[in-house]
Amino acid sequence: MSDILLFKDIDEPGLATLEVYAKRGGYESLRKALEMTPEEVLAQLESSGLRGRGGAGFAMGKKVSFLPKGSIDKYLVCNADESEPGTFKDRELMQKSPHMLIEGIVIASYAAGASRSFIYIRGEYVRQADMLDAALAEATQAGYIGEDILKSGHSLSLVVHRGAGAYICGEETGLLDSLEGKRGNPRLKPPFPANQGLYQGPTLINNVETLATVPAIIAMGGEQYAKLGTDTSKGTKLVSVSGHVQRPGNYEIELGTPSREIIYGLAGGPPEGRQVKCWFPGGSSAPVLTAGDLDLPYDFDSMAKAGSMLGSGAIIVVDDSTPILDVALKVAKFYRHESCGKCTPCREGTNWTVKMLERIDNGTATPMDIEIMASVQEHIIGNCLCVLGDAMAMPIGSMIAKFRDEFETHIEQARARNDLAPAEPEPALAGGVSAHA
Amino acid sequence: MSVKRFEGGSRVPGWYEPVDPAKDAALVPSPQEVQVPAELRGEIERHMALYPDSRSAALPALAAAQRVHGWCSPEAIDQVACVMALTPAYLDAVATFYDMLDTEPVGRHSVYVCTNISCSLRGAGELYEAMRDGAGDDPEFNVRAFECLGACDIAPMASVDGVYVGPLAPEDVPRLLEDVRAGRPVLADKQLSTRIVADPNANSRAYPSHPIEGGES
Repeated sequence: MSDILLFKDIDEPGLATLEVYAKRGGYESLRKALEMTPEEVLAQLESSGLRGRGGAGFAMGKKVSFLPKGSIDKYLVCNADESEPGTFKDRELMQKSPHMLIEGIVIASYAAGASRSFIYIRGEYVRQADMLDAALAEATQAGYIGEDILKSGHSLSLVVHRGAGAYICGEETGLLDSLEGKRGNPRLKPPFPANQGLYQGPTLINNVETLATVPAIIAMGGEQYAKLGTDTSKGTKLVSVSGHVQRPGNYEIELGTPSREIIYGLAGGPPEGRQVKCWFPGGSSAPVLTAGDLDLPYDFDSMAKAGSMLGSGAIIVVDDSTPILDVALKVAKFYRHESCGKCTPCREGTNWTVKMLERIDNGTATPMDIEIMASVQEHIIGNCLCVLGDAMAMPIGSMIAKFRDEFETHIEQARARNDLAPAEPEPALAGGVSAHA
Repeated sequence: MSVKRFEGGSRVPGWYEPVDPAKDAALVPSPQEVQVPAELRGEIERHMALYPDSRSAALPALAAAQRVHGWCSPEAIDQVACVMALTPAYLDAVATFYDMLDTEPVGRHSVYVCTNISCSLRGAGELYEAMRDGAGDDPEFNVRAFECLGACDIAPMASVDGVYVGPLAPEDVPRLLEDVRAGRPVLADKQLSTRIVADPNANSRAYPSHPIEGGES
């Protein structure tokens, strides 16, 4: 079964308007939530077991509970900077059902005690930001946003903030700096945003899909929601399937659905006569899996156990007609471009990796370069303020580990093309400088 | 492979230019010296009022100035700096960080061709070449290879003045450019907003009736 909660009515004409959304039961969850106490709403979120849908997969209820109590200014920020290559689920949600997101934001802000909220949407999503602005105006008019919402005493302001094109602003602390009007450089953690986030105040940051799931959880009850999915990955997930598949698109699946069923069943698999060579299970930052992993259930833990991650739920399929070097080079160049430059391992490591891959491509590399490249990846992981560097190092490292033969063949072939001698082990330096005389 | 070098063998432009110690650092421009169009001032002030800290409006303000001036020119930066009471250097630093803010003069029509992984697997490289060749040296166009634009379901795609179109083939390029030149909606039949999905069979929202391929397990 697919399209269970978030995508249930997604193709309903006019769902983006308050009228149609309300007809479909919209804002009923908000009414229900406002009749409960914030603690009861939080308990529902915690019992649902909902894990963040943006990439890290952190339990949402726990994140809300980390915010300090008391009457200080608290903020809620919705991360709509969907920039992970291959991900386009939030775009469809915001474009077709913006009120679902707004309703989720109001409920989450009630549970967290936040009085100001922001949607940080990437600048490229011009139409989606316009739709959100229109929906926000409708919701404000109807009294779902503003002072004393539905006479509950809870007040919330909401601003749709447009970014200007930077992948790093999808990283939560980079996003906060960008929202404060600075360059989007990630911050040192701790302190975590729950304690010191936006304007140094306690801040709850969640992905669009996570917040859009909240109304469904309130409507059906956290425990009911937790019955969907697997033990540790509860609920449904929007997956964006792209690349070499016949029907690319967004699909809502129950977590734990076999990967093969998503790639072949829903998305139609690779074109006729081609086979899956490798696939990214969670955006281009996730280590690649191969055709042998297609029978794994698609959930957080199975992906982690296989050495990869569920990430943002973006499955990118690469078929056997594509050289792995092209994929690696494309991925590495992206992260080189998007590295903010704050931490050296990421800034230099992404650059070195691109240069080494280019050497493999143009035939000036030796097999030793593969070793060096693999070690560069190891030295990036865990050594930076944020995970952008890791996001390159993990997939590149996995490609080197799983397709080493192909890299080696490519080096030989490119050297042969260049009329260079076949690669030989580097001559020992013992001969000293005089050898060149 | 040669690295692009600037003056004095530097890899970074402007690095070699000596600092003039006699020159004062640029301060917040005074309203007497900088004329700001009333409409732009109004828009920036509207944004500033939305946030607890008005500095948060830097991105929307720079975007608004760019719409007026065509790019984040020194004049545009000065105007934003004047209204927001920030130094031009601060805003310059912000503007150079973001891909969508142009710190050099560019064509009026932005054509961002997504060349990231999902689009590349479906021929974005050829599309980008065709787009560059098609636009040639027409100063009206700003054709750029862009990172993932979040529309891999219509890959390969492009964002033309903020409108998403796809899937595109190199053959679509002349018509696309002609639409932009004539001021028409660009490739109306290929706009993301006019259709539910790229391919009518895609995203059918249900499992297909045929058996799952490759399900030998």
